[in-house]
Amino acid sequence: MNDERRTTNDQRPTTNDHRLLTVDHLTTVFDTASGPVPAVDDVSFEIHAGETLGLVGESGSGKSVTALSIMRLVQPPGRIAGGRILFKGQDLLTLNERRMREVRGAEISLIFQEPMTALNPVFTIGDQVAETLIVHGRASRREARAQAVDLLTAVRIPDASSRVRDYPHQLSGGLRQRVLIAMALACRPALVVADEPTTALDVTIQAQILELLRDLKQSFNLSLLLITHDLGVVAETADRVAVMYAGRIVESGPVRAIFRTPQHPYTRGLLASIPGGAPGQPLRAIEGSVPLLGNLPSGCAFTPRCPERFDRCPTAPPPDYAVGADQFAKCYLHDPVGADPRVPPSPGEFAPGYGEARRGAGREGGRPTR
Amino acid sequence: MSGPLVEVSHLVKHFVRDAGLFGKGSRVTAVDDVSFSIAEGDTFGLVGESGSGKTTTGRCMLRLIEPTSGAVRFRGDDVLAFSRARMRQARRDMQIVFQDPYSSLNPRMRARQIVEEPLIIHRLGDRDGRRARVAELFHLVGLDPAHLERYPHEFSGGQRQRIGLARALALNPSFLILDEPVSALDVSVQAQVINLLMDLQRQLRLTYLFIAHDLRLVEHICARVAVMYLGRIVEMGTTAAIFEAPQHPYTRALLSAIPVPDPDARRQRIELDPTAVNRTAALREITAGHWAAV
Repeated sequence: MNDERRTTNDQRPTTNDHRLLTVDHLTTVFDTASGPVPAVDDVSFEIHAGETLGLVGESGSGKSVTALSIMRLVQPPGRIAGGRILFKGQDLLTLNERRMREVRGAEISLIFQEPMTALNPVFTIGDQVAETLIVHGRASRREARAQAVDLLTAVRIPDASSRVRDYPHQLSGGLRQRVLIAMALACRPALVVADEPTTALDVTIQAQILELLRDLKQSFNLSLLLITHDLGVVAETADRVAVMYAGRIVESGPVRAIFRTPQHPYTRGLLASIPGGAPGQPLRAIEGSVPLLGNLPSGCAFTPRCPERFDRCPTAPPPDYAVGADQFAKCYLHDPVGADPRVPPSPGEFAPGYGEARRGAGREGGRPTR
Repeated sequence: MSGPLVEVSHLVKHFVRDAGLFGKGSRVTAVDDVSFSIAEGDTFGLVGESGSGKTTTGRCMLRLIEPTSGAVRFRGDDVLAFSRARMRQARRDMQIVFQDPYSSLNPRMRARQIVEEPLIIHRLGDRDGRRARVAELFHLVGLDPAHLERYPHEFSGGQRQRIGLARALALNPSFLILDEPVSALDVSVQAQVINLLMDLQRQLRLTYLFIAHDLRLVEHICARVAVMYLGRIVEMGTTAAIFEAPQHPYTRALLSAIPVPDPDARRQRIELDPTAVNRTAALREITAGHWAAV
């Protein structure tokens, strides 16, 4: 299935031929008393130069663990159990820790969700931006101070030359997130991984930060891996989208295709459940709840909540099927051989219901505790 | 009955910030002269960013926080003038569902005990009567009565929010304050809980104050809405009027910032120029029932 995927990707009309990042059959597990539990299960995707890939998922889908795996920041009991992460052609999983530290923050950098806790309260923001440059040997202390002002200006912090002496507590949440972005950009990385960069922010500030990221992507010639649960954010920011559910990418494709012609029942359900349509009418909810890691349904993990069940769904996880130009879905709906009996005859698409209760002990997976 | 079920007038809440190591204490006006009313059976939305005072307003209405001044009338009686005993009675009729179903349920109590506790506090029914009521409430919110003896951590976020709702409904209230009731839930589970809230409203003739920052949700379920900015209501009216023709610069910025789940949507962001906001302007009626502080 992945071969099929790769050949199709190769036919994409891209201006830049080389892929910046190729995640290839990545599996990251958490070791528990009852054995290893896969948080990221055989995940493959690519990010081309200059592209924004939106990685969408709910809690426990494995989207953040995917980000940490790319940075090689997975902490025990988590560990990367298989696959390759090719960055500019080099497998990051084979690098020694010293070399990896040179990559981290300099060639690939990470923006976290929480701008309140990611900054050190006892250093000025200027010092913290400069520190990134000094640690990576990009500038002397004096040069770093000057560059810090430039970077803070680039992320549109007003009056950066005096703000550089501010401490984090003197800044609003939106400005702190801008400081984190400045730190992430300091060494001119090729790839920025942004894990829910606007989730903690108010909606007007979120809009400003997303616009800033879009602009910086141009001016700094970045690629972006944007991790989020918000489909609105994805629609506004991403070029391509990968939808994760229970550790697997269940659908991927160009942003327009994902929103216009979603092909996986989970993607369709997510889009259908967004409030819209006639006020006061029932929303089209997805039944049930997000499964807990370590207690995943066999076969396709979405089966118990799916309105399109087939006989083989609970036994064999479906492979990727090509469902459009550069669009793939892991669902037997798209098996060209087809002719597979459905169980039960589906009662109508996305019938609203409170399946959570009927099904009983289904539980959401939080991020695995460490 | 005639007149609104709930009427908030000129509500003010000051918080006094303690004097720190340096400098003296200062007064923060979290809620600044807020007035609105909710008709019986309606859903009234209160929106605004963090720090706008919307949660404080909700808590002042139930006197979980004592307001500095103003009035909160419930069925015509001023709740703020009630004695402790009378207030306890009033709380049977006015309940709150909190945002975070992970921290708002006591982890050491079983689901049954959590839902039953208000009945015990208010000395309602005997043991068997209470048991029957709890089972009925479980059914009402779509929980499996087989899970009565489970602890909160054994439930998903959506199920926990249903437990919080069952507890809030235990005393048969007519008015519920829903403080961001789904924002801590997974996207795929939010719609279930919203559908349940709309069902319950019809079944039990409930009146809701819906405090939220998700404007798409507010547009979907609220008949009327008030927009708060820096402690004040800057715009109020029917949801349709406000979403179609926002008048206040802050409302305009807020509505234009909603991310649209459509890659082809035309976006026109309106940035808020804080200096353009006249902070002392009073609400005035723009069109019938549509008020804005411009």
